[in-house]
Amino acid sequence: MKSAKSQKRLSDFIINGSLLLLVFIWTIPTLGLLISSFRTRFDIQTSGWWKVLPHREWVQIEELEIPEGLDPDGIMTIEGVTGTFEEFREGITDPDGRQIIWSGNKRLATIRISDERWVFLPKLTLENYGQVLAGKTYEIKTSSGDIMTVEGDNFVGAFLNSITVSIPATIIPILIAAFAAYGFAWMKFPGRKLLFIMVVALLVIPLQIALVPILKDYVRLDLNGTFLAIWLAHTGFGLPLATYLLFNYIKGLPRDILESAFIDGASHFTIFVRLIIPLSVPALASFAIFQFLWVWNDYLVALVFIGAKPDVQVLTMRIAEMVGSRGADWHLLTAGAFVSMLLPLVVFFSLQRFFIRGMLAGSVKG
Amino acid sequence: MAEVTQSKSSIKTVIEWFGTTLGQIIVAVVVPVITGYVMVKGFIFLRDGEAPKYVIALVAIIWGVGGVALIYYITNWLIEKLPAKWMAKLQPFLFVGPAVAILSWYMAIPTVRTLVTSLYDRTGEVFVGLDNYIAVFSERIMTVAFRNNLLWIVFGATLSVIFGLLVAVLADRSRFEKFAKSLIFLPMAISFVGAGVIWNFIYEVKDAASPQIGLLNAIWVGLGGQPQAWTAMNQPWNNLFLIIIVIWLQTGYAMVIFSAAIKGIPGELLEAARVDGATEVQVFFRIMIPYIMGTIITVATTVVIFTLKIFDVVWVMTGGQFATHVIATQFYRQAFTNQNKGLASAIAIILVICVIPVMIYNLRQFADEEAF
Repeated sequence: MKSAKSQKRLSDFIINGSLLLLVFIWTIPTLGLLISSFRTRFDIQTSGWWKVLPHREWVQIEELEIPEGLDPDGIMTIEGVTGTFEEFREGITDPDGRQIIWSGNKRLATIRISDERWVFLPKLTLENYGQVLAGKTYEIKTSSGDIMTVEGDNFVGAFLNSITVSIPATIIPILIAAFAAYGFAWMKFPGRKLLFIMVVALLVIPLQIALVPILKDYVRLDLNGTFLAIWLAHTGFGLPLATYLLFNYIKGLPRDILESAFIDGASHFTIFVRLIIPLSVPALASFAIFQFLWVWNDYLVALVFIGAKPDVQVLTMRIAEMVGSRGADWHLLTAGAFVSMLLPLVVFFSLQRFFIRGMLAGSVKG
Repeated sequence: MAEVTQSKSSIKTVIEWFGTTLGQIIVAVVVPVITGYVMVKGFIFLRDGEAPKYVIALVAIIWGVGGVALIYYITNWLIEKLPAKWMAKLQPFLFVGPAVAILSWYMAIPTVRTLVTSLYDRTGEVFVGLDNYIAVFSERIMTVAFRNNLLWIVFGATLSVIFGLLVAVLADRSRFEKFAKSLIFLPMAISFVGAGVIWNFIYEVKDAASPQIGLLNAIWVGLGGQPQAWTAMNQPWNNLFLIIIVIWLQTGYAMVIFSAAIKGIPGELLEAARVDGATEVQVFFRIMIPYIMGTIITVATTVVIFTLKIFDVVWVMTGGQFATHVIATQFYRQAFTNQNKGLASAIAIILVICVIPVMIYNLRQFADEEAF
C-alpha cells in the first residue's frame, strides 16, 4: 500500500516535472524578446538578455587620463601595476582583483579600472518603445567616437494599416460566408450540390495558386496597393474554410425554429438577420478570431498585393524589412515585434475558448 | 397650425407617389446608383486621400464593412420587390452568389489560369509544353527546395505531432493543465515574422572574442564549443534550426486538438485496462493511441499541408540563402524576383498536386455524409 502511494507520488513528480520543463523551454524564446525590448541598444548588442538576472560582472569604477610622460612603447607602471602596452590592452589584474585596461590607441586613450561585482538591478528602459511608437530620434556612438543622430521608426502608421487591413478582412468574409452557408443549408436552388462541392474541394488548395493571376488582374484594374485589393484577397482565401465551418454549424440548428418563422411570414433575409446570425454567434466568433489572427500575422499576401506601397505597409512587412535592412537596430526590432504581438495576444487570451472551439470544428471535419 | 397639416399631407402624397409602380422603379434605380456612387467615392478617397492615417483607417473600415452589408441589404430589398415567383428563384443567388463569385475569381479560375501559364515561357507568350515542369525537377535550386521541404515534413510535421501529443497527455494528468496549455499554445498568436525576430535572439552568433548574445551560442560556448552560425552552417542540417521555429509554433495547435480527443476517451476503458494490470506505457500505446488514431491522422494531415506551404519563416530568417529554399520561397522568388511566371506557375501546380489526395479524401467524406 505504501509503495503504491510513493509510486504515485513519483509518477506525479515525473509528469509535472517534464511538463513544466517543456513549458519552460517553450516560454524562453518569447521571454527573451520581451526582456530584450526593455534593454538599451548598447546592452542588447553586447550582452545576452539573461544578464538581467543577478550575475557577476566587471563594473567600471574609475576612468583616468593617461599620466603625463608615460612611454607606451616601454614598460609602464599605472595604478601600482606594471606591464607593456600590449598587456595593458588585454587588461591586467592587480592584487586587489581590480582590472586595469588601456582603452584606445597608443596616443589617444584612457585608463579604465573595473572591479568584478554582483549586479542585481538590471538597467531597463522604455526608450525602445518610445522610438518605435513616436519615431523619436536616438543617438549612437560610432566606433570612432562620433555621435550620430538616427531617426527612430514610426510603427504607428504600420499599426493602423494592420488594423485597417485586418478588421474588414475578418468581417467581410464572415458576412459573405454566413450568407452562403445559410443558402447552402436552407435554400433549394439548381447547382446547389455542385457549388458546395467546389467549396469543399477548395478547402486545401494552397493560395500560391492564385497569386500570379490575381496580381495580373489587380495591375489591370489598378487595384494593387489598395485596401480593397487586400481585403478581397483575404476574403477569397478565407472563404472556403469560413463557408464550410458556418455551413456545418447552421445546418445543425433546429429546423423547427425556421419553419415556424416561415409560417409567420418572415422572408429568408429576415430569418437570416434576426434568427440565424444571433444563433450563430459562437461559430462566427470562432472563425472571426481565426481569421483575424491569420490576417494580422500574414506576410505573404501583404507582400504580394501591397508590396510597392510603403504607406499601406502592414506591421509584418515593416518588421521583416527591418530584419533585413536594419539588422543592427535590434532595440527597435524587439520593441516593434512586441508591439505587433500585442493585439493578437490580447485577442487570443481573452477569447481563447472560442478560438479553440473553432479549431476543433475545423480539424475534426476537414 | 394649418401649415403643419399641409406639409404633413404633402409628405403623405410623396409617400403615396412612391407606392406607384413608376415610383417604385425609379427608387429601385436611384438607390443602387447612389449607393454605387458613394462606394466609388469612398474608394477614391481611400486610395488618393491625404487625410491623417487614423481618419483613413476609420473610413476604410466603415466603408468596407458597411459597404458589403449595404450591398446585400439593397439587393435583397430590390429582390423582395419582385413578384413572389421571381423572388423565390433569385434570392438563393443573392445568398450564395457573392461567395461563389469570389471563390471562382480567387481560387477556382486561378487554378486553371496558373495551369495554362505553367505551359508558357517566362514572358507568357511562347508555348513551351512541359519544359517548366522538366526544369522544376531537374534544376539544382529546385531539387534542393524539394529536399528541404521533405526535411520540413519529416522533422517539422512529425515532431509537432509528437510534442503535441506528449504535452496533451502530460497536461491531462497534471495539476498545471491550464497554465501549461496556455503557454504552449501562446506562440500560435505570434506571426512567423515575429517568431523570426524572437529566434534571432536564440541563434545569433558573435565572433569568439566577444560575449555571445544568442542563447544557443552562449550555452554552446559555455560548454567549450566554438560559436556557430546555426542557420548557415552544416548544410543541409541548418534547415533543422528553422524547422525548430515552426515546431515551436505548431505544437500548440496539435496539443489542443489532441487534448480534446483524449478527454473523449471513456474513463471506464482506461480504468479497466489499469485494473487488469496494464502499465501506463501500455495504456498509452495500446488504448489511447488506437482510440484517437482518427484525430492523429487529421492533425497530421493539417500539419503536413501547412508545412508544405511554409514560406514566412524561411523568407525572414535566411531569405533562402545557405541552401534553405523551400517550394514556396522558390515560387515567390521565381514569380516576383526573377519574373519567370511560367516556372513559378509550374511550382504552384506541383503544390496543388501534392494536396490532391487530401482533397479527394475530403470529397469522399463529404459524399459519405449524404446529409446534404
